[in-house]
Amino acid sequence: MNAKTSKRLNMKDRYRIMTRDLAWEPSYQRHEDIFPQEDFEGIKIVDWSQWEDPFRLTMDNYWKFQAEKERKLYAIFDAVSQNNGQMNVSDPRYLNAVKLFITAVTPLEYNAYKGYARVGRQFGGVGARIACQMQSIDELRHTQTQIHAMSHYNKYFGGMHDFPHMFDRVWYLSVPKSFFEDASTAGPFEFLTAISFSFEYVLTNLLFLPFMSGAAYNGDMNTVTFGFSAQSDEARHMTLGLEIIKFILEQHEDNVPIVQKWLDKWLWRGYRLLSIVGMMMDYMLPNKVMSWAEAWEMYYEEAGGALFKELERYGIRPPKFAEQTVIGKNHVSHQTWFVFYQYGHATAFNTWIPTAKEMDWLSEKYPDTFDRLYRPRFELLAEKAAKGERFYNNTLPQLCQICQIPLAITEPDDDTMISHRDTVHEGERYHFCSDGCRDIFHNEPEKYVQAWLPVHQILQGNCGGADMEKVIGDYYRIEMGEDNLEFEGSPEQRRWKQWKQAV
Amino acid sequence: MMSVNANYPNYQGPVRDRVENFHGSQLVYVLWERHLLFCAPLTFLADPEMSFVDFLSEILRPALAPHPESEQLRFDEAKWRLDGEDFQPDLEKSLIDNGIDHKSQLRLITPWLSDLADAAI
Repeated sequence: MNAKTSKRLNMKDRYRIMTRDLAWEPSYQRHEDIFPQEDFEGIKIVDWSQWEDPFRLTMDNYWKFQAEKERKLYAIFDAVSQNNGQMNVSDPRYLNAVKLFITAVTPLEYNAYKGYARVGRQFGGVGARIACQMQSIDELRHTQTQIHAMSHYNKYFGGMHDFPHMFDRVWYLSVPKSFFEDASTAGPFEFLTAISFSFEYVLTNLLFLPFMSGAAYNGDMNTVTFGFSAQSDEARHMTLGLEIIKFILEQHEDNVPIVQKWLDKWLWRGYRLLSIVGMMMDYMLPNKVMSWAEAWEMYYEEAGGALFKELERYGIRPPKFAEQTVIGKNHVSHQTWFVFYQYGHATAFNTWIPTAKEMDWLSEKYPDTFDRLYRPRFELLAEKAAKGERFYNNTLPQLCQICQIPLAITEPDDDTMISHRDTVHEGERYHFCSDGCRDIFHNEPEKYVQAWLPVHQILQGNCGGADMEKVIGDYYRIEMGEDNLEFEGSPEQRRWKQWKQAV
Repeated sequence: MMSVNANYPNYQGPVRDRVENFHGSQLVYVLWERHLLFCAPLTFLADPEMSFVDFLSEILRPALAPHPESEQLRFDEAKWRLDGEDFQPDLEKSLIDNGIDHKSQLRLITPWLSDLADAAI
């Protein structure tokens, strides 16, 4: 043995041994028996070795990096809790954005962890399997660190106490839940197109940036620090998203129409899901970052536009109905907040009418729509509230079969007419909010006939009976008068004032 | 309409909202056109044998009461659409005999109520 041989492997060998060399060619089982989900979607993979690993990371290094990030992150969490960091937020209304995040977004991280763990098992190529394995662990880490980031606030504010339970039951949380379950029940290639590409690559900046910058602008140190800690992971996830789409498209020309259909579907689904982010930015952040319309322009119209230009050479065109999102950007945040305001008795957070100053900001950001359509509605409701008749809508809304959002969004070419489409499938009528959602149904009706629509479930008697107070209190576990209702005069507002006086 | 591409043949999810699941009642949706104080069309549970006039007085009118124009709302002058078609209800007939079946959408159209119409409240 040569005594000079180094015991350490160089980077290149180490990478090869710790990634690609972990796989082997099966000799006594057939490939299709080992990877039974690889073919049914119609995607043709000719050569898995063409997969470029976007992460260039081995598991031992991965642990080292992540452990270092955790140490820094938890040091900040400790400092925030020791110094009563909750008192540094701009305004107690801000915490409602945190409540929305923990109930609507954190459970998606957990579902992403499960999703990548599943699909990572299904690919014939070792590069794709390892990338999915690492992303799966990332997503679990994000779930955990988000819970820890927000657990401090949970000691002082309502609405966060039962977030996994609420995610499975509460009417508006069926929107993110059904979105992700749609992806998780798809084949492995559609899952990656949906989550890695359409969501992580095309739309993630519209989810992450508003919440993390919103936290920074509003004195929420825990969420900002979590955001920094997740940033390098997110960068890897975006790289995977782009790699997967290019890899599939390069493997076989028959893949192009399949991928195009998925891009059409998942851009539309993602856009509808992000309505809640729009409302958060325009209505829930006391200190605003930018308007939803500005964010959509910057991150979808400009960045997304350049991306789809780049994909043109594969025969990919921009997603169907993208032009409707450009019209919708001036309406959707207002319409969404209006929904939550009037169903504010069934939300795990407080709702309110924007202040006069906030309304002026909205007028400035939305010169074509806010003063004409939305200011009069909020002013009417403010008048009612001043007379002690704060408006709560005690009826149940009609929901879209696909996105499960109330039909509260107007026609692209008529902003005073509710957008509604329907279809009859095997003698049963189905309703939709848009052409985009109806298209998704038409492509896979056998899947969407089973949608668990919260309103219909209540009316079938599956949510604890006909008494809405019981549905909200017992079935959803939203504590009446604590977690929900109007912010003005709420226990949350009252406690905040007491704490501030005590300092 | 196309068909789902599943990893086994003849995939069919359960039809979760068939009328049998509503214990003798059916769903009726009502959209009051260009009146957006109620942010979305309303979903009601109704007996299919209920007369149209009872549906109006017992279900729809109380539900719309919080709207500032509800007092001026006269159903006998309203125009209706049912599932995308113009519709002339027979007040005494039942919902089902009027053709209003499970998951039908009724539209109430009252163009003369215009005080708040610019903002479509």
